[in-house]
Amino acid sequence: MIAAQGLLDIALGVVFVTLVLGQFLSMVRLVMGPTSGDRILALDTMVINALGLVVVLGIKQGVQIYFEVSLLIAMLGFVSTVAMARFILRGDIIE
Amino acid sequence: MTVEIIGTYATAILLLIGSGFVAVGVIGLLKFNDSMTRLHAPTKVGTVGIGALLLASVAHSMVLGELSMHELLIMAFLFVTAPISANFIAKVNIHLRSCETPPSPPLDDTWATLNAPDDGEDTTQGAKSA
Repeated sequence: MIAAQGLLDIALGVVFVTLVLGQFLSMVRLVMGPTSGDRILALDTMVINALGLVVVLGIKQGVQIYFEVSLLIAMLGFVSTVAMARFILRGDIIE
Repeated sequence: MTVEIIGTYATAILLLIGSGFVAVGVIGLLKFNDSMTRLHAPTKVGTVGIGALLLASVAHSMVLGELSMHELLIMAFLFVTAPISANFIAKVNIHLRSCETPPSPPLDDTWATLNAPDDGEDTTQGAKSA
């Protein structure tokens, strides 16, 4: 049990570091991305990474209440990605 | 006791798998040199990476003694919406001509998003802006 708990702690640390590093690298792509498609893609990846951070935080604290938060973040991320793509494609979101 | 140990190991291994896929996807987003190739990498973050993290959450809830399957709902939602948003971003790339335009579809002369707006569409847009 002690070894398994130690492995879980190490894995949690690795996941946190990877997700935060992923947020920073996506932010670099968001700032320097040559086209609007790259910027939308970087924002979508940042939303996905934030969702992962919330899920891993729920695992670390051992509580279930972060489920609704992550579901809401997933829905808002999808809607915002589609809205930005629609705005570039059509010049309008709801025609 | 054994269920707890197996669940803890499963949680740790799933977390490591998920973090590996997240790292690969984000490095691909940063390092590739074409808009359409850059689109390829982060879709792995959305499906496999976050899917492994959510499965780790399910395994950890099993360790805690109260098994919850709610996370599979988020997985299903992400698996449905990831191809749609990727399709929209690819369409934006074709529309802005930021990639090499793919060969035309067999029945039409060009892609629909590259078609110049017709007169009806054009007048409404002009009237709205004026």
